[in-house]
Amino acid sequence: MEIGLNHYLVLATILFAIGLYGVMRRKNLLMLFFATEILLNSVNIGFAAISHYYGDLTGQMFAFFVIAIAASEVAVGLGLLIVWYKRHNSIDLDEMTMMRG
Amino acid sequence: MFEAVSFYLFAFLVIVSFWIAVTTSQALYALTALAAGMILISGFYFTLGADFLGAVQIVVYSGAVLALYAFGMMFFDTTRDVKEKNPNKLIVGTLAVLSAILAIVILGAPIVSDNIVALYPDVESVGNIQEVGIVLFTKYLVPFEVAAVMLLVAMIAGIVLAGKKMDISLTKLSDEEIEKYKREELV
Repeated sequence: MEIGLNHYLVLATILFAIGLYGVMRRKNLLMLFFATEILLNSVNIGFAAISHYYGDLTGQMFAFFVIAIAASEVAVGLGLLIVWYKRHNSIDLDEMTMMRG
Repeated sequence: MFEAVSFYLFAFLVIVSFWIAVTTSQALYALTALAAGMILISGFYFTLGADFLGAVQIVVYSGAVLALYAFGMMFFDTTRDVKEKNPNKLIVGTLAVLSAILAIVILGAPIVSDNIVALYPDVESVGNIQEVGIVLFTKYLVPFEVAAVMLLVAMIAGIVLAGKKMDISLTKLSDEEIEKYKREELV
């Protein structure tokens, strides 16, 4: 059985759905970051698969930039999270209601 | 044949580990499951011929990002269960499915329109890493440099936010205040 582009796209969509489920389910900020990493990785799989099946390197380039952005997101996000934890001693999303969102 | 075997094996393992990472109530289980999933995803990249991307995935994600998360988890009490309040499972499930359908439309739209042309087609007789280098340092040089600046900004932000006493700006203090801080550090 031949593995085609659609296999990879369906897999990327399943992983994206898992990540979305995590983003909506989690109340702990650190666990929320984990779910965002899953989202970014699923998109990267889609990019790499399209890049392979169309013989075009643009998809891989975008995957590299996504990885770079994910790395800087983690650095800044964890810094903010540590500051918040030092001030409030909790990383529960329900308690971050200063803006009344 | 072997491609199919590797695809289904890796797909099953990645889905299982990410599902564990999303649903478990133990923070340590979530971290280890996420690390396993990240490494297994690089298997797809190697299967797809994107060798350099696979190596970067292992180095950056499994190495740097997850080490950073492990470092972040040292600040929190990981032994207690993560409390999750989940008011309505139906809403969450419906939203996830709808967004997934949206994602498949986004990914499928360029395939339906059959007029895709390869912008930077594969070069014969060179490996994947050389190809990536050629394209990255010609067509994508400016985004590459911008990404470098962005990483520098993120590094400085991380140091300033997580470091001790980095929120005090020495240039904005008077001389007496600086002297006070100096004495406090000596004591």
